[in-house]
Amino acid sequence: MAEVLVYVDHVDGAVRKPTLELLTLARRIGEPVAVALGGGAADTAATLAEHGTVKVLTHDAAEYAEYLVVPKVDALQVAYERVSPAAVLVPSSAEGKEIAARLALRIGSGIITDAIDLEAGDEGPVATQSVFAASFVTKSRVSKGTPVITVKPNSAAVEAAPAAGTVEALAVSFSEKATGTKITGRTARESTGRPELTEAAIVLSGGRGVGGAENFALIETLADSLGAAVGASRAAVDAGWYPHTNQVGQTGKSVSPQLYIASGISGAIQHRAGMQTSKTIVAINKDAEAPIFDLVDYGVVGDLFEVVPQLTEEIKARKG
Amino acid sequence: MSLRIVVTVKYVPDATGDRHFADDLTVDRDGVDGLLSELDEYAVEQALRIAEAADAAEVTVLTIGPEDAKDALRKALSMGADKAVHVEDEELHGTDAIGTSLVLAKAIEKAGYDLVISGMASTDGAMGVVPALLAERLGVPQATLLSEVSVEDGTVKGRRDGDAASERLQARLPAVVSVTDQSGEARYPSFKGIMAAKKKPVESWDLADLEIDTEEVGLGGASTTVEAAAERPARAAGTIVRDEGEGGKQLAEFLASQKFI
Ligand SMILES: Cc1cc2nc3c(=O)[nH]c(=O)nc-3n(C[C@H](O)[C@H](O)[C@H](O)COP(=O)(O)OP(=O)(O)OC[C@H]3O[C@@H](n4cnc5c(N)ncnc54)[C@H](O)[C@@H]3O)c2cc1C
Ligand SMILES: Nc1ncnc2c1ncn2[C@@H]1O[C@H](COP(=O)(O)O)[C@@H](O)[C@H]1O
Repeated sequence: MAEVLVYVDHVDGAVRKPTLELLTLARRIGEPVAVALGGGAADTAATLAEHGTVKVLTHDAAEYAEYLVVPKVDALQVAYERVSPAAVLVPSSAEGKEIAARLALRIGSGIITDAIDLEAGDEGPVATQSVFAASFVTKSRVSKGTPVITVKPNSAAVEAAPAAGTVEALAVSFSEKATGTKITGRTARESTGRPELTEAAIVLSGGRGVGGAENFALIETLADSLGAAVGASRAAVDAGWYPHTNQVGQTGKSVSPQLYIASGISGAIQHRAGMQTSKTIVAINKDAEAPIFDLVDYGVVGDLFEVVPQLTEEIKARKG
Repeated sequence: MSLRIVVTVKYVPDATGDRHFADDLTVDRDGVDGLLSELDEYAVEQALRIAEAADAAEVTVLTIGPEDAKDALRKALSMGADKAVHVEDEELHGTDAIGTSLVLAKAIEKAGYDLVISGMASTDGAMGVVPALLAERLGVPQATLLSEVSVEDGTVKGRRDGDAASERLQARLPAVVSVTDQSGEARYPSFKGIMAAKKKPVESWDLADLEIDTEEVGLGGASTTVEAAAERPARAAGTIVRDEGEGGKQLAEFLASQKFI
């Protein structure tokens, strides 16, 4: 059976959920061989094995943390040459897309980014993408070289599928280009204790209607009662009410949760681009004409300062 | 020595218009008005700020696109760029990201550069890969997705905000940079700027000028194929209630019926 190379996104050995989803898709095409780089790389093996990985290629070096992107491209290329895979799959983060693109160029392949589904096809894997602010769905194929495809979070279910997950060390010697961009400082983001925005099953977002940074507590309290992640529109971010890392939309995160609740958000095309594929959409907005209502499964025309607290109370009461 | 900055800008269909695909499954550029990608305005803005802070600098804006793409160049010139290059060739229709990066790289080399500045992503294709591809092709450092950028003594420095951390980056010129929409509001062209732009030079190059084989670009040269495109079915109309004091409770009822609580 053909092998499929899967690039692992992990934090000190803890594999992030999008990589496990990627393994579900990879198994539709062939046998997953994972590439894990940097500190804790070998610690990923147990989790990867549980999800169908036959082999885990690992390498650690200071360069991965000290220089931007290129060391990882060098390593992925070494893995590619060793495995000769049927496809290379990479999680669709900003960095993942850059790594994938540079690899594709080096190995003479085409690249597809932000796939939301993947199936085996007669002429190679077929990727589904959501384009034009999620108003169209396309099916594409890489027609030159080994397909390199990046896949968005929440595109497949995580499935258990025990496999060997044998760890093998990669021997990587970095190109001169690898040390071109130095990372001179790093400030880790403080954890909020809430789920990751792109991975959460429920996302609650607030917009300009929230009216101020302090009022976001209203959204956060509701979010905590549902175990949800908190997002924001660009208007709320630009006003300085909520961090940019939480922005949902074209230039922020794209989310595709089971439930998305927009409070005080009008539903501009750039915001829709990041949430339109959510399963169930709910909006609270005092303007009955707000375009967000075109998308909703359930909408409340009203003042979020009345509706949100009442909803939070009701949820608490029901949960006892 | 003057700092030579090349800004790559894309002419895109207006996102607020009704965007579609043409019969050959390329982006339909006739049905909707085009404009300079808003995300590339940030690239032009940072180029101008870096130029203003340098002893001597020259900002060239570069686009690949159809005849109308000149509008995007004019806008950038009226913001303050010095000159423009338009790569236009019938054979370019349908070029994918890999091909676009080839043509841009050749044009950047022909124009001469110390610093390339791109937007974070185009607003139509939205791949966000062209800047990394340019760095790979040009063989220079990539300092991409910067929300803060400056150039001093032949070094570009900046801040890249990632999911897990915010990183400070540093690279020697020549380099490729891309900037996000957090990098600083783009200026509006002034009346004087608009008038001045009319006299600024716009060069037109085709594939022959760049010594690129037509087989490497266009739909034929593309390394990806779109096999189907379908409009997402409109969402079924939902239930909309007006809050008359019970809105929160009604919503809770709905969420419970859907098993969210
Ligand atoms: C290139 C580009 C990229 C962009 N990227 C993004 C992006 O990634 N994400 C994004 O979100 N936007 C993005 N935008 C901006 C987008 O166009 C909108 O400006 C933005 O989404 C508006 O945010 P909003 O809905 O919070 O604000 P508004 O449009 O001002 O809407 C506020 C809403 O709140 C309602 N409201 C006010 N008070 C209350 C109340 N008390 N109770 C209930 N409702 C109330 C109002 O009726 C209104 O509908 C981008 C724009 C451009 C040009
Ligand atoms: N046809 C083009 N002409 C000029 N610049 C482009 C073109 N396509 C992409 N770019 C540049 O590359 C950036 C990222 O584009 P993309 O990878 O397509 O999302 C854009 O913001 C532009 O700066």
